[in-house]
Amino acid sequence: MLSLNNIEVIYNDVILVLKGMSLEVPQGKIVALLGSNGAGKSTTLKAISGLLKPEDGEVTDGGIVFEGEEIHHKEASEIVKRGIFQVMEGRRVFGHLNVEENLIAGSYTRTDRQNVRQDIEHVYDYFPRLRERKNQTAGYLSGGEQQMLAIGRALMAKPKLVMLDEPSLGLAPLLVREIFNIIQRINQDEGTTILLVEQNARLALDVADYAYIMENGRIVLDGEPETLKSNADVREFYLGLNEVGTRKSYRDVKHYKRRKRWLS
Amino acid sequence: MDKFIQLTLTGLTNGAIFALVALGFVLIYKASDVINFAQGDFLLVGAYITYGLIVQVGLPWSVSLLLALIVAVALGIVVERFVLRPMIGEPIISVIMVTIGLSSLLRAIVTSFWGTMGRQFPKFLPTQPVEIAGATVPADRLIAMGVVAVLLVIFSVFFRRSREGIAMRATADDQQAALSMGISVQKIFAMAWSIAAVTAVLAGIIVANITELSFFAISAIGLHVFPVVILGGLDSIPGAIIGGVIIGLLQTFVAGYTPSQLALSSVIPFIVLIIILMVKPYGLFGEERIERV
Ligand SMILES: Nc1ncnc2c1ncn2[C@@H]1O[C@H](COP(=O)(O)OP(=O)(O)OP(=O)(O)O)[C@@H](O)[C@H]1O
Ligand SMILES: [Mg+2]
Repeated sequence: MLSLNNIEVIYNDVILVLKGMSLEVPQGKIVALLGSNGAGKSTTLKAISGLLKPEDGEVTDGGIVFEGEEIHHKEASEIVKRGIFQVMEGRRVFGHLNVEENLIAGSYTRTDRQNVRQDIEHVYDYFPRLRERKNQTAGYLSGGEQQMLAIGRALMAKPKLVMLDEPSLGLAPLLVREIFNIIQRINQDEGTTILLVEQNARLALDVADYAYIMENGRIVLDGEPETLKSNADVREFYLGLNEVGTRKSYRDVKHYKRRKRWLS
Repeated sequence: MDKFIQLTLTGLTNGAIFALVALGFVLIYKASDVINFAQGDFLLVGAYITYGLIVQVGLPWSVSLLLALIVAVALGIVVERFVLRPMIGEPIISVIMVTIGLSSLLRAIVTSFWGTMGRQFPKFLPTQPVEIAGATVPADRLIAMGVVAVLLVIFSVFFRRSREGIAMRATADDQQAALSMGISVQKIFAMAWSIAAVTAVLAGIIVANITELSFFAISAIGLHVFPVVILGGLDSIPGAIIGGVIIGLLQTFVAGYTPSQLALSSVIPFIVLIIILMVKPYGLFGEERIERV
């Protein structure tokens, strides 16, 4: 459905952030993209959704193909119309708009205006808490409610592919569970394909059908979640476990550095 | 007492006109953080184009009015395409400087066609006096007030209810997030500038109608947009309206109750401007920054 072939992204004409990044997202699946801070996960999503331009970033090499068509030179609005919707890192709800107006903003590219009302109710069925707060100013919602609103806003666009950038950021563990359950439900009930960027590798590997791990602007490992979970490096660096399950000693850290170099 | 009512009505009409001009200014500021120094000059464009079309071309006033509004919309689109879009990525201050250039350009165009001499404007609004609560007011002033009130209601419904209005507010809130909704920010900017030009052009026509076609008087009214928006808050639409009414009333009362040789009425709005900047720099209704992230 979506494939990135060896893409290169440069910010401000000089900062090379993605260095030959490739991945595949098959229709109907949940694909996880994991990696540490600064690996280039958000940049990857913005390259797909056409949101690099306001940050002076550019895809300078390689290609992004969605449903058989190249999209890496298209405007963000065109990409949303084709069915890709990014839920940006940090939720980014429209703080001065109320909950319902945020949802309406999400439906901006829809041509079937008459169904919007009904879809707002559908979003409220997923997130009853939003229904209770529909006239409340979004800026004053709690972090969890804002994340629900950000996901609800994505649903309003009826996308084929939703890209979620760290939906668990700053949320309490129980709420993270709830959000992840809903992400799975959306995938199953709506048939929406999901590309999930996460720091929380354990949870992401639990819900994903396939996962990629990126370091330093490119993919270093990929596979089925079960395979990755049993990979020694993944266990150590992303799941925080080592073979005996004890805390790492200094020697292990040095070892970590060495292996990490090898990884990237 | 009659004088008081008289002044109140005059002040309200002036205030309504200020509000109309300020509304457009606030819209541009909200959508793009740009302070539009050309806002007042759109009044001149509106008044002079309408004058030219009615008097010099000989079109009926209704057609001329419509054409002037079309020019306003086109002006917004042209500004977005040829002024703002090439400036994407430049610091806001550069864009603001460009609006100063635009202001000079518009003034130069108007003076090169029509000069700065005062002219008799073809008044198409009825001017017969109407009596209200013992005071007499020309009908055109009342009509002007009514027109402005209707426009303000239309705009507020537009921003609350319509898809484009909500998209405009969303863009004002977070441009990149708006982009991620598939909202075309360029279209929103063009729309903000077009609406701003339309409101100012209408204000210019109304002013020319209830006074005369004077380059300097209309420029002076354009200049009042600054005290109005500083008072109301640069980014507040209700603030633009209330600020406009306050400045309009204040100026008219000062003109009515102080000796005219002091010319206090023309400086009072700017005295207010300075005081507000000192005590409440975000204005009366400036949008509070929402601090939870
Ligand atoms: N607008 C920008 N201009 C210049 N450099 C940028 C820009 N955005 C990101 N970068 C750089 O690109 C690299 C990757 O950033 P990115 O945000 O994609 O990482 P990430 O994997 O999403 O990290 P995190 O998990 O912390 O969100 C970082 O080194 C960052 O400093
Ligand atoms: Mg990120």
